[in-house]
This record gives sequence, C-alpha cells and structure tokens, in this order.
Amino acid sequence: MRARVFVTLKPSVFDPQGTIVTDALHTLGYAAVHEVRQGKYFELDIDASSEKEAHRLASEAASKLLANPVIESYRVEVESGAAGPNP
Amino acid sequence: MKFAVVVFPGSNCDHDAYHATRHVLGEEAVFVWHKDTSLVGADAVILPGGFAHGDYLRTGAVARFSPIMPAVRQFADAGGPVLGICNGFQVLLEAGLLPGAMLRNRSIRFQCEHVIVKVEHADTPFTSKCYPAQLLRIPIAHGEGNYYAEPKIIERLEANRQVIFRYAAASGSATLGANPNGSVHNIAGLCNEKRNVVGMMPHPERACELAVGSADGLLLLESAVQSVGQGNFVAAQ
Repeated sequence: MRARVFVTLKPSVFDPQGTIVTDALHTLGYAAVHEVRQGKYFELDIDASSEKEAHRLASEAASKLLANPVIESYRVEVESGAAGPNP
Repeated sequence: MKFAVVVFPGSNCDHDAYHATRHVLGEEAVFVWHKDTSLVGADAVILPGGFAHGDYLRTGAVARFSPIMPAVRQFADAGGPVLGICNGFQVLLEAGLLPGAMLRNRSIRFQCEHVIVKVEHADTPFTSKCYPAQLLRIPIAHGEGNYYAEPKIIERLEANRQVIFRYAAASGSATLGANPNGSVHNIAGLCNEKRNVVGMMPHPERACELAVGSADGLLLLESAVQSVGQGNFVAAQ
C-alpha cells in the first residue's frame, strides 16, 4: 500500500527557500505567482492490512521523523488500491 | 578531565574538537562512535560540527536516533556538561534536549566567516570563565543556523536567561546587521533550564589558537575544565 506524506513549514514560519523561488518566478515574468512555500514529499510503500493501518503507520513515521513539529506540519494520503511491489 | 567527542558519519569538526581539548588544552579526550552506547566515563560531552548523516531530511534529524544518543540524554539529565557545536547544536534541537529548531539562513547562503559573539551569562559550564557582555571573535560555518522557536518559547528562554550567546556588532549591540542568518533575537547559542546543556552555532574549537586567527574559543573549553574541576556541573552517578 502506498502512502504519500506532504511536509510543509507552518504558516507562521518564514520560508527562505520559498521566497527565493518566488523571486526567481517573478524574474521569469510570472507576476501572478505571489507566494511560494517549499515543502517535502515522501512516498512510503507499506505492508499493511488496511488503508487505516497504512495511514496510522505513515502518520506515526511523519510525526517521529519526517516532520519536525516545531516548524513543520504534515498531511498523509493513502492511495487506495495501490498494493503490491514497485513496478 | 575527560572530554568525549561524539563522531557521527559526516561529522567533520570532531578532530578540531579533539585537537582543541587534547592538544591545546592538554586534557584527556576520546572519540566515541555514534553506534557506541557508552560515554566511557567522560566528564563532558561534545557533539561536534559537520553534516551528520549528510544532513539528509533535516540537519540532526537522523543523528538524533543514533545508538549513542540515549547515553547523551542520560548524561545530560544527570547534570553533566554537554556542548553541541553547529551540527551538534542542531542534533540537540532535534533530540529535544534544547528547545526550538533551525531554518535555512535568511540569506540562503552558507555563511562562513568570523563573527562577534556576545556572552550573555557566565553561569553555564562553558561560560564560567567569561564575563557577561564579553565579546568573543569566533567563526561560524553553516547553511541552517536561523534559530526559530514560537514567540512564547522565546519569551520563556529570555525570562529564564537561557540565551547564552548573541550575534553582536563591535559595540556589543545585537543589531540586525550583526545577525548573519536571521536568528530570532540574534540568538547564537542557548542552554537548557538546568544550564548544563549548551548549544551554539559558532565554532569555539576552531578559535583556540592565535595561529588560526583567534583564541577566544578556548575560554569556553577552559570553562568546562574549571566547572568540572570545582565540582559544578558533574553528572550524578
């Protein structure tokens, strides 16, 4: 089963990388993009008996290791029907 | 006096810390591999600078789970002096031994330069030979030294006098211009509530001999020898 974990800086935390990317997009003429927040994306292939179990495991991994709760928050999505080994 | 220098895969200031404590200071120093589980009876522990585990995921995020860390935590809980330098500071933050977290430098540059660091308080095992408001010239070398904690945590750190070092101008003022990385309140280093665990981004071990530009950092290591020698900040058995 595949879980996707999205880790982003909390809204209150300044994102120096996102700011630089915003500036670069403005240089390229994308004036309509007024803010970019940069984050991290993880794909976890998990042996789990149910989507609920996969979600629980991925959430635990996210809170223990993938995200730092001081500055980041995370969101977990479990892909339904995506079982079996990697292609 | 025996210093333990913890070596993580990717540490690169471990030999600087060893050289400063063993050869410059003339004290006993031992390397402790991160997969070891004992601090071999050391009186003080140094988590050195570098890029533990390649800084993958986040700085210090993986090192925090190294087998040696329970021993470091136990030593810290028992009141023993622990100094985290640069990446070592980041490990202490990730491990929760000190509050807060590091963000990328506001400049998005790896800042490598000598800075002026103001000592705020002398009642830690690593500043006992300093005086409050003393200015030290110590180098920094980091990409993620932009210290952050929620405002209420910062308030508590200030109220508890836990901010030990601040980036300062030559006048001693913690100005915006003197802040190399965007750290809140110009924080360059802090301690825990018991004051035995100190983390700092500047590298005192790289400023222990005039031949390398400054010997101000030696004061911090001499402080540890003094503190332990006087029976302050000794880990309870």
